[in-house]
Amino acid sequence: MNLHEYQAKRLFAEYGIPVPRGIAVKSPNAAADAAKELGGDLWVVKAQIHAGGRGKAGGVRLARSRDEVHAAAKEMLGKQLVTHQSGPEGLPVNVVYVESGSAIERELYLSMLVDREVSRVAFIASAAGGMDIEKVAAETPEKIFTVAIAPDAGLQDYQARQLGFGLGLNSSQLRQFTDLIRKLYRLYDECDASLVEVNPLIVTKAGDVVALDAKINIDSNALYRQPRLVELRDITQEDEKEREAAAHDLNYVSLGGDIACMVNGAGLAMATMDLIKLHGGEPANFLDVGGGATKERVAEAFKLILSNDKVTAILVNIFGGIVRCDLIAEGIINAVKEVGVGVPVVVRLEGTNVDKGRELLASSGLAIISADNLTDAAKKVVAARRAAR
Amino acid sequence: MSILVDKNSKIVCQGITGSQGTFHSEQCIAYGTQLVAGVTPGRGGQQHIGVPVFNTMRDAVRETGADVSMILVPPAFAADAILEAADSGVSLIVCITEGIPVMDMVRVKSALRDYDCRLIGPNCPGIITPQQCKIGIMPGFIHKPGRIGVVSRSGTLTYEAVYQTTVNDLGQTTCIGIGGDPVRGMNFIDCLELFEADPDTHGIIMVGEIGGTDEEAAAEFIQSNVSKPVVAYIAGVTAPAGKRMGHAGAIVAGGKGTAADKFKALDAAGVATVRSPAELGSKMREILGD
Repeated sequence: MNLHEYQAKRLFAEYGIPVPRGIAVKSPNAAADAAKELGGDLWVVKAQIHAGGRGKAGGVRLARSRDEVHAAAKEMLGKQLVTHQSGPEGLPVNVVYVESGSAIERELYLSMLVDREVSRVAFIASAAGGMDIEKVAAETPEKIFTVAIAPDAGLQDYQARQLGFGLGLNSSQLRQFTDLIRKLYRLYDECDASLVEVNPLIVTKAGDVVALDAKINIDSNALYRQPRLVELRDITQEDEKEREAAAHDLNYVSLGGDIACMVNGAGLAMATMDLIKLHGGEPANFLDVGGGATKERVAEAFKLILSNDKVTAILVNIFGGIVRCDLIAEGIINAVKEVGVGVPVVVRLEGTNVDKGRELLASSGLAIISADNLTDAAKKVVAARRAAR
Repeated sequence: MSILVDKNSKIVCQGITGSQGTFHSEQCIAYGTQLVAGVTPGRGGQQHIGVPVFNTMRDAVRETGADVSMILVPPAFAADAILEAADSGVSLIVCITEGIPVMDMVRVKSALRDYDCRLIGPNCPGIITPQQCKIGIMPGFIHKPGRIGVVSRSGTLTYEAVYQTTVNDLGQTTCIGIGGDPVRGMNFIDCLELFEADPDTHGIIMVGEIGGTDEEAAAEFIQSNVSKPVVAYIAGVTAPAGKRMGHAGAIVAGGKGTAADKFKALDAAGVATVRSPAELGSKMREILGD
């Protein structure tokens, strides 16, 4: 689950991590009022969406008067903001964050995530702040400093020094930085974060270390014990189909192609997408109906797939292990009848009671194309798509 | 022969009285697994599906001599269950549970360094040595005793690979699903090492997927440590970056973990990779001949 910048900064502030003062608002007038309340003569108006790359897309504006704050907010609110991370349709801007401007001396990069190679939480820091960290990692890996934290011992001062000296901080800044990352580590642990990114972390002209941006992702497996954070969820930023799928215990990801697939198991679902591509088609989605695919789930899955009007054919690939193929076949038949599927459906069943399952499909009177194996299924669905066109 | 588990393995199921625990314990017993005990706190002293239930893992191990734990408890209790199993002295812990918070696994993995035991999973189908011992949720009937070791991050895709070795008349020594989470117990390398040392394993099928760099590490290991033929497939060539594909660990993040990189590393290490998951069995058949 993603948090907005203003929510992340509130959380930062709660943990005593220095952030610029700011107010989240939903109207241009409220934005102008916020600027007045914050005082000063420089503000930043920032569109609140769940995607990076806002600056280049016009979602971050400097304003030198309350009128400019009003104008910037008016321009952003109610619009879809398209960034290189938002997808082609962009994300709706319902909230803007008005923040006091900062006098920036240096921009640094800081993030935390679980380093899978060592199974520990790691800090990643770079002196090249504000830049795309992937680019820095690819071009100048020597500018990146990483420390991994032993969970029982916690973050050590020497690790803070490794990062801080690497970033070229002076001793006063190093003290502030050490304090900041200690608090960040506590936040990460207590909030079950899966990613915390501060890009940039700045040194102000006055010599203070401040988190100028804040990105927090929460581990969705841990939401059951983070009720306060669950309330911060903003469903307007989520893909509607993916959200609907999740509500039915289905795992769905939209892709660009036109051949839909429905599979039990995440690995097999990815493999099915790959097979479609390998045989000359383009997958429309990833869809895992789960190990225990039931009739109801299969019906919901068909509805979901068909709500994408680009779909020209469907491939159902089920390896029935614990689940019996005849039950799956019944589920498919019912769903096709109930939902009214107007595109070719290729079904590949394997596993328990497979003969009975295939027989049911063959005698259903429905235009279901049966496939014998993985390759056969992929070839048939690609051919069916061509024929349908 | 086999690795890790065989007909002498004695299993205790943590969470045996739950619906998942009950169903899958019954399936394991029906397969012929020596499932000798269950643990559900507060239900000690009862019998459930024909096996004694204990309050604690220590009791279960002391009374029955169990040496493997199969965990089927809800995610909120899984970290505690894994550490209780480690403390009880079992040598292998198989955690099936999906949805464990990653910070729990970070702590568990660190704490497990103090124990002389192995962890398979979490978020995995388990481990099976055909016709001897099934520990987990995989369908037993697709397996057949034979000469291939199978290791995979996936569930149903593992069944696919296993089934192909069965219909190609190769059979399996042992099949391990190491799980789809970013922080897990045994990794590809741990399994490859055991398969390499097992005289009955003549070839190894490795099924990876996007996310992390474990397949790359495995490739490096294979190059210098594995003499047996390895056939590999990586799922997720068509997966978009930054999107989690079902498994918590299946995500291309920060440019790392793409299927293309993994294929490249495996190819460079001399592994026989297949671009189609349908060719895992036939490729191995081709390499091993008759």
